Amino acid sequence: MNYIVDDNGFYGKFGGAYVPEMLYPNVEELRQNYLKIIYKPEFQKELQALLKDYVGRPTPLYFAKRLSERYNTKIYLKREDLNHTGAHKINNTMGQILLAKRLGKKRIIAETGAGQHGVATATVCALMGLECIVYMGEVDIERQAPNVARMKMLGASVVPATSGSKTLKDATNEAIRDWINNPEDTYYIIGSVVGPHPYPDMVARFQAVISEEMMAQLQEQTGRDYPDYVVACVGGGSNAAGAFYHYLDRPEVKLVAVEAAGLGIESGESAATSVLGKEGIIHGSRTLLMQTEDGQVVEPYSISAGLDYPGVGPLHAHLHQSGRAVFESITDDEALKAVLELTRLEGIIPALESAHALAALDRIGAKPEDVVVVNLSGRGDKDLATYLKRFHFDEE
Amino acid sequence: MKNRLQELFAEKQQEGLLSVYFTAGYPNLNDTESIILELEKNGVDLIEVGMPFSDPLADGPTIQQSSEVAIRNGMTIPLLFEQLRNIREKTQIPLVLMGYLNPVMQYGVERFCQKCKEVGIDGIILPDLPLADYVREFKSIFEENNLSKVFLITPQTPEQRIREIDSHTNGFVYMVSSASTTGSTNGKAVANTDYFQRVAQMGIQNPAMIGFGIHNRDTFVQACNHARGAIIGSAFIKALGQERSLQQNIQSFIHSLRN
Ligand SMILES: Cc1ncc(COP(=O)(O)O)c(C=O)c1O
Repeated sequence: MNYIVDDNGFYGKFGGAYVPEMLYPNVEELRQNYLKIIYKPEFQKELQALLKDYVGRPTPLYFAKRLSERYNTKIYLKREDLNHTGAHKINNTMGQILLAKRLGKKRIIAETGAGQHGVATATVCALMGLECIVYMGEVDIERQAPNVARMKMLGASVVPATSGSKTLKDATNEAIRDWINNPEDTYYIIGSVVGPHPYPDMVARFQAVISEEMMAQLQEQTGRDYPDYVVACVGGGSNAAGAFYHYLDRPEVKLVAVEAAGLGIESGESAATSVLGKEGIIHGSRTLLMQTEDGQVVEPYSISAGLDYPGVGPLHAHLHQSGRAVFESITDDEALKAVLELTRLEGIIPALESAHALAALDRIGAKPEDVVVVNLSGRGDKDLATYLKRFHFDEE
Repeated sequence: MKNRLQELFAEKQQEGLLSVYFTAGYPNLNDTESIILELEKNGVDLIEVGMPFSDPLADGPTIQQSSEVAIRNGMTIPLLFEQLRNIREKTQIPLVLMGYLNPVMQYGVERFCQKCKEVGIDGIILPDLPLADYVREFKSIFEENNLSKVFLITPQTPEQRIREIDSHTNGFVYMVSSASTTGSTNGKAVANTDYFQRVAQMGIQNPAMIGFGIHNRDTFVQACNHARGAIIGSAFIKALGQERSLQQNIQSFIHSLRN
């Protein structure tokens, strides 16, 4: 089975480019050019140098001894939290900004949930001297305040999205509307493996550096270039796509995608798309999404702004439907417990998003001799206010 | 047999056709029929009935808000068909349904088209249904049900694609006035006369209607100079939100455009 996008932009029956005509020329321009440009030697040379010297790649693959003892298996953490700006998001923004420059674009727009993608976009825009506008839901502006401050510091304009649930979905709507209004000079840096083709494939390719490094690091540390399990959280699914990428066609590697259950699958306050979603169209892509019987998109909920999205990227819809990946869902409380556990066992404060992946460790059924890689997508600095409150450290 | 939309464009040789868009279920759930009949009474030539969607990507704030209210009021596709069940006993004005693909997909495209034929709908606009998908999967279904599929073009649409769109259309071509979501009043709507002239000179088989940002008599008249007519949506929805009765709001708005 092939998990790479086909010539029409589909993964099985998911994907495509369901965009209004206003966006057709932009999306078509990208579709025709992205592979040609990003695989040019001079592009790769510039990108690799920036990933190494600026972003700080390769990120370590760290054997987490005490966490491994706790779960009675061999757990390795892929330390995407150690990237410049604190998450995997910059792997993608660095690639896309170089593409935007080559397409001659002057103005960069982005959506953001947790603010990590917004920060990563604002960062590369500062680096390249390009104008940057980031759309962010009003609710997320509040709960991820440190990242809003960072974006402003970096010179970006942060525009609140005030419709719907005022979170990632609505920020994405606003970014798309901006692009419709500014079709010629503007490049839209999408932050996950969502949106119309070719975005899901392009973002997956830029994030694939995660599993590429994992292969070499596992070879060196375990004598084998693959693990038994790769575990990653899924909002839109970009860190998971990157961590899975080079193992998609290797059935000996079990892929575990972890979604946010919010207050619980049945609670009506959830973002577990694989369980609650049906096939439909969201943000230009045919995929699984949470919707009413009448096809209205349902407002999702998760404590984690980065996972608070009612869809998943089309690759993940395909991995789910084909059974290639196992999907788990983790509640707010389970994720919070995992935050404290990693912090106290390993001295690493994870992002709320990444904590969902960690919380799935006791679900996967790994044996003592199994090698499990958890993609630690980001660090918890942005979530400290939530942690202080939820763990009652603010009362001491 | 021609549908009412095709008849309108074939027979009525006069220029300056006025098409009005409104969101079904706004301002009140059961206003659909009253709005249609009142628009006809005031001399509107064709009507686009909007099927509200939670995430209308191509729409500005006015239609976003009317959609939100309509969904909250309880508007759904099955209910809309129920409201339109006897509409053809009352009016023969051409009716086009406009909305986003997802709700139609959930209803079932084939079932949707059959139902449209049953209640007397003449055309469909689904801005996020790609041309290629339409041609491959749905065109025969639309044609079996005598429905015109209307596609959008924009100032950025290349000539070759305009010709392709024209060849798969049998109603009118919807010329988006400028690079914009619906409802902007920034003055760009009728500024791009190069684009209007370029399309006019292409000699396409379908008539063209200009929409997006047409909001008053001035912009309406200017748009009509470059196409068979113009489409007004957001400005009409704003008018519906005025304090007077539905009838008065509609009457004074349409009169302000034409007289
Ligand atoms: C640290 C971190 N992990 C994961 C995500 C979720 O995104 P994705 O599913 O695309 O990896 C985010 C998004 O904001 C994030 O900040």
